[in-house]
Amino acid sequence: MDAVAGSAAAPTSPPVRRRRARGKRIDAAGNAILFGVCLLAALLAMAVLGLVAYEVIHGAQPAMSKFGLGFLTSSEWKPGEQFDLFGAESLLFGTLVSSFFALLLGAPIAISIALYLSLMAPKGVRGVVGPLVELLAAIPSVILGFWGILILAPFAHEHFEPFLHSVFGFIPIFGKPETTGSSIFTASLILTIMVIPIIASISRDLFMAVPRELQDGASALGATRFEVVRGIILPTTASGVAAASLLGLGRALGEAIAVAQVIGAGSKIETSIFKTGDTLAARIANQFPGALSELHKSSLFYCGAILLVIGIISNLVASWIGRRFSYDTGML
Amino acid sequence: MISRTSSGFDPTAPLTPSGNLRRRQLLSSVAEWGGTAAAALAVGVLGIVVFTIVSRGAKAINLDFLLQGAPSGIGPELVGTGIIVAIATVIAAPFGVLIALFLTEYAGNRAATAVRMTMDLMNGLPSIIIGLFIFGLLVNHRKQTGFAASIALVIIMIPLIARGTQEVLRLVPASLREAADALGVARWRTILTVVLPSALGGIVTATILSVARAAGETAPLIFASSVFDPSRFSLNPFEALPNVPVRIYSLSEEANPEGFTEAWGLSLVLISFILFASLGARALLERSKRKMSA
Repeated sequence: MDAVAGSAAAPTSPPVRRRRARGKRIDAAGNAILFGVCLLAALLAMAVLGLVAYEVIHGAQPAMSKFGLGFLTSSEWKPGEQFDLFGAESLLFGTLVSSFFALLLGAPIAISIALYLSLMAPKGVRGVVGPLVELLAAIPSVILGFWGILILAPFAHEHFEPFLHSVFGFIPIFGKPETTGSSIFTASLILTIMVIPIIASISRDLFMAVPRELQDGASALGATRFEVVRGIILPTTASGVAAASLLGLGRALGEAIAVAQVIGAGSKIETSIFKTGDTLAARIANQFPGALSELHKSSLFYCGAILLVIGIISNLVASWIGRRFSYDTGML
Repeated sequence: MISRTSSGFDPTAPLTPSGNLRRRQLLSSVAEWGGTAAAALAVGVLGIVVFTIVSRGAKAINLDFLLQGAPSGIGPELVGTGIIVAIATVIAAPFGVLIALFLTEYAGNRAATAVRMTMDLMNGLPSIIIGLFIFGLLVNHRKQTGFAASIALVIIMIPLIARGTQEVLRLVPASLREAADALGVARWRTILTVVLPSALGGIVTATILSVARAAGETAPLIFASSVFDPSRFSLNPFEALPNVPVRIYSLSEEANPEGFTEAWGLSLVLISFILFASLGARALLERSKRKMSA
């Protein structure tokens, strides 16, 4: 606006020139301030991330110096004055197993949903089903976990577990069902529900971006729809789908509340997935509020530090794969 | 069906696939059914979860339930969650928008990569880790406060707001910016008076979505604001505030039928808020996108 006023009054008289100079100063200051504030916000975000890592590791310090790396290979978890012994092996095991099963179950379902949404669904259906699948991600984990305890766990205990045991019982992981539905298996089912919308929505966007000509070309050569998917769509998007699955895995590994509600807080490594177990995140949520000693607290921080490392690695690998194959995976 | 006989090609046979082609088409249609079934399964699970919450929660809900404190109601939790989320939004929204502005308006290639990576990592932080962080930073050796809970939620909200804002900022037509440049308008004025207003719809959408996400976040609140008296209304953010997610969590850990009813009621209130907010935000985004492209 100042510039317009200035140009109307040209050729310039001294007061106008002064006013214009003032406007320029204001603009220079404005530019600098806005840039500075934006830069500050970005730097602060990075600093917060660093601070998160620092606080977690700082909190874990006492446990780290007491147990060292042996923490990872010991299953002793005995809080209380007389013992105060901690080890996270069974937690690490529970975390990996439950997330692995969630991904094993969730990824194929999610990819099928994405294929359905991107290739098969009529436009009207797509507009409804797509958002509904994403709404699945909007259910708070505490509600999903509560539903899991009261509805899913008893149902899985009465129907899924006996069935799987009777059919696949010869494989040791499908052992005899226990007395309650709280188990690694139920936790995996809950995690599956959480993982599906993440993988499905990213994969759908990937599938939609596959060039139409490639698909049409394959169809023209007589490929059936499934062969177009297997021959064209999946190979061109494989890396992106892998990145999406890793993001889903990251979510599953770090989920605390819902898992704490349904996994049953067991403390042993069991072969059967129908037995109780525990994960790093769930153990923190369960025991931190009532921690008995500083070392107990610190050990829970140590669990957090392990989780942080696993989480950062899976995120970095996902975004590395994503960037490497030029697709932005950062979002849900 | 018998289009191919041992004698070879039969021109009068009906044109139906046979042999290998038939197998391929069968496989394809099985796969298609699989895809449809997977989509139906996901929608079905959502339907079952929502149906259970509505049918069980509706029994608990009446005016007293919404307005009074424990044992008959959930008023303090609603107020507390409102305060915690409001403080978090007031802090996170400007932050997220500024970071998005930095990404789209100022950052060079390398800085943008670094900031985007930061946002990705922040988005991927398990919320339990954010809880540990807040405990170490603000709660340890002090006491639980609603404010600490708000700060935890800020960390969860920032990447969501920044990401959403950045996406609409990219959609602002270049012609608007060029017109402002041609008129000699300074950059900061262009950003504040041209770019941001035209992206407002998207910013509001992203903020609402992040609020919907933050409102149900439980893990950090266990560290920051979990020791409270559910029968007393509290408005002071510098003490532990009653809140919905932690209450659901602690009720779900007790095996008490009345507690379960209350938890279903709480879940119904929370999930209706979240679903309406998400759907509303989505509608708003569609509208503002249409306006921008028109």
